[in-house]
Amino acid sequence: MPHADPIAHGEHVMTVCNACRYCEQFCPVFPAMENRLSFAETDLVYLANLCHNCGECLYACQYAPPHEFGINVPRSMAEIRAHSYEAYCWPTFLSSAFRHHNLLTGLVLAAGLIAVMVGAVLIANEGVFPRPVGHGDFYGVLPHDVMVALFGGVGLFSVAVLWIGLSRFWRDVRGGEANSPTASDLARALGDVLTLRHLQGGGVDCPSAEDQRAPLRRWFHHCTLYGFLLCFASTSVAALYHLVFGWLAPYPYGSLPVLLGMAGGAGLLIGPAGLLMLRGRRDPALGDPGQRGLDESFIALLFITSLTGWLLLAFRERAVMSAVLVVHLGAVLALFVTLPYGKFVHGIYRTAALINYAMESRRTGRHGTR
Amino acid sequence: MPSVDDQQEIYDVAVLGGGNAGLCAALTAREAGARVIVVESAPRHFRGGNSRHTRNLRCMHAGPSQLLTDSYSEDEFVSDLLRVSGPETDEALARLVVRGSAGCPEWMRRFGVRFQSPLHGTLHLARTNAFFLGGGKALMNSYYAAAERLGIRVVYDAEVVALELADGQFRAAIVRANGRDRTIRAGAAVMATGGFESNLDWLREIWGDAAANFIIRGTPYNKGTLLKLMLDAGAQSVGDARECHAVAVDARAPKFDGGIVTRLDCLSLGIVVNKHAERFYDEGEDFWPKRYAIWGMLVARQPDQIAFSIVDAKAAGQSMPSVFPPKAANSIRELATQLELPPEKLEATVDAFNRAVRQGSFNHAVLDDCRTVGMLPEKTHWARRIDTPPYWGYPLRPGITFTYLGLKVNERAQVVMAGGEPAPNICAAGEIMAGNILRKGYIAGAGMAIGTVFGRIAGEEAARHAAR
Repeated sequence: MPHADPIAHGEHVMTVCNACRYCEQFCPVFPAMENRLSFAETDLVYLANLCHNCGECLYACQYAPPHEFGINVPRSMAEIRAHSYEAYCWPTFLSSAFRHHNLLTGLVLAAGLIAVMVGAVLIANEGVFPRPVGHGDFYGVLPHDVMVALFGGVGLFSVAVLWIGLSRFWRDVRGGEANSPTASDLARALGDVLTLRHLQGGGVDCPSAEDQRAPLRRWFHHCTLYGFLLCFASTSVAALYHLVFGWLAPYPYGSLPVLLGMAGGAGLLIGPAGLLMLRGRRDPALGDPGQRGLDESFIALLFITSLTGWLLLAFRERAVMSAVLVVHLGAVLALFVTLPYGKFVHGIYRTAALINYAMESRRTGRHGTR
Repeated sequence: MPSVDDQQEIYDVAVLGGGNAGLCAALTAREAGARVIVVESAPRHFRGGNSRHTRNLRCMHAGPSQLLTDSYSEDEFVSDLLRVSGPETDEALARLVVRGSAGCPEWMRRFGVRFQSPLHGTLHLARTNAFFLGGGKALMNSYYAAAERLGIRVVYDAEVVALELADGQFRAAIVRANGRDRTIRAGAAVMATGGFESNLDWLREIWGDAAANFIIRGTPYNKGTLLKLMLDAGAQSVGDARECHAVAVDARAPKFDGGIVTRLDCLSLGIVVNKHAERFYDEGEDFWPKRYAIWGMLVARQPDQIAFSIVDAKAAGQSMPSVFPPKAANSIRELATQLELPPEKLEATVDAFNRAVRQGSFNHAVLDDCRTVGMLPEKTHWARRIDTPPYWGYPLRPGITFTYLGLKVNERAQVVMAGGEPAPNICAAGEIMAGNILRKGYIAGAGMAIGTVFGRIAGEEAARHAAR
């Protein structure tokens, strides 16, 4: 059963934890908790986004259900995270999007935007699907300027919305303190993000159920994150080629944008598929059952984007390219649109929480974790 | 006689009790080649007895390591034990535990037990005590997982209700599970069922009606059934049935299993009064970690077994946070009303205390010079006027951690019977025999050291006997 008021329940959980502290060397959540005597909503939001849902503390907890204290930190933190995603969402009326995600909405959105793309291309070409004039002539299907305006516009909007959420989150988590992170704070937090070392909090792989440990969750997340970053790098390099050097797509198979895109695309096939599989196998007690849709829709959009990207690469010399391109662009658009309104935001808030933790632990002189 | 299943189960070693000592015995016996069954009275979720509430093991060591700082010699550990336990302690057994503790962490790690790094310990015990990463439940999870891997049979929700002994030897245990009795035969048995502190009837026999107001900090499954069966069968006892480890816990704590979080650490920062709003003991007698274990019995001797810790705003953030919020008020009178204490009397007590306080330089980390003069009882350190609202009050009850009465054992962990002869195939380990080494008093992590060392000895002895 989800807790009706995740903040009130979280306060109970952290009050018990702060009187116990047995888990203090598992992860940053507990040392950060020990710096506090009471737990306002902003404290809980910070701690929740610091939590990586590794699960160690549930199995170690002498107060875990069915104990009457009913302490399940991973689930409580997951509930508060979902609450915080909505609380920092802009514009506010779109915050309910976080609750209505599921695999189907992800697919429908992708399908809808693909249909819009097809429609747009048809309208632009007087009802006839364009036949590319040359091999891999993407801009013959959708002119470069249109593509830049569409994706640049949506992308900028998403970045702006993410930025608004991040600034609100940061303001609350910092509690009005004005000082900025140092380079070493940022380096430490970035190291935490890129290694996911808090999924090995006790020095070993985190559990997926009691007495079951495997590095797979970390590996699949690495595939996903690095896949995403490589695809982003591929697009950036391609943009550089286009704008600075005037080299137009398509680029050869051995070129940097294609190589980066292939590596990233591989990560975005393996990673999301793996995470989806692991999600089904994981002890349901560790998570918030209400967030299944949030996870699955993001996973689905990443997977579809990557899959259609691969198809585009495979068929870019064929006549079917124009159709595949439109499908791929629709999927990418769906991904872009949902970035600020879906699971993607966890990475933004967790990174910010880790930066704040680096700043806090520098000040208190304790890191608490191995 | 209880009805017995037709089907009888035969093992080499039956370990009765699935806490730390029981699992150490089971793992040791299994590694020695014995077929082992563990009989645990709790359901799986609550397995591990009081070990699930523990956190560390006191450990002799020669030099700094990944787990412990500096060194802690055999003599220092033994003298720490004897100082609290008194002259009746069996020093030979105490030395056995202390020497054995040195090898425990390495042995424990073989079964997947993880330890904290000593750099950030909260209890200033980093030199003497190795802390389990995640605490005692994580420790027990590791042991149970190892037991499963090694092929040890574990039955949960199963209480030993009778023993079959012949010629001073163990033959079988009658175990009740799911309303049915089954007979578990074994070549040897390890008794590791802890103390009797959750047996409310037994507590009432000793403490009278006062027992009704005791809170049991640990597992509700330590009923002492096996201890009683063995004593009735002629085993020699050690320790005094009245001796127990009891601290002051929040009166709002659950009756059982509240564990570590219900204790209150703010007593030395203010005053403690009984239900008549009278002080009754020096709250600043010594450092809190050295004195907190006397407060359970101090509260138990007050009328209705209740007391109240009263502090003011100056105490904020100076002790471990409490799990239940204090009653808070802007005047002593109002606080008294909230705590259901006589308001005038509490005001008078606080006034008298405040007048007796001699200003000094407050320092909770040393035995400072803040004390009262001319008040009985005096508060000899950390006495500051209670004059800064908000005032906070916590209700206190005696919280029993464990009892000391146990079975007398020899250095092979064999239970000593009435005639002075050890029962050849009956061993005991853990809290059920800890009274041989710790008759009273308390030092942190000693119980886990006794349980681990004697668990291993008992497992070895039981396996050896069963192999014959």
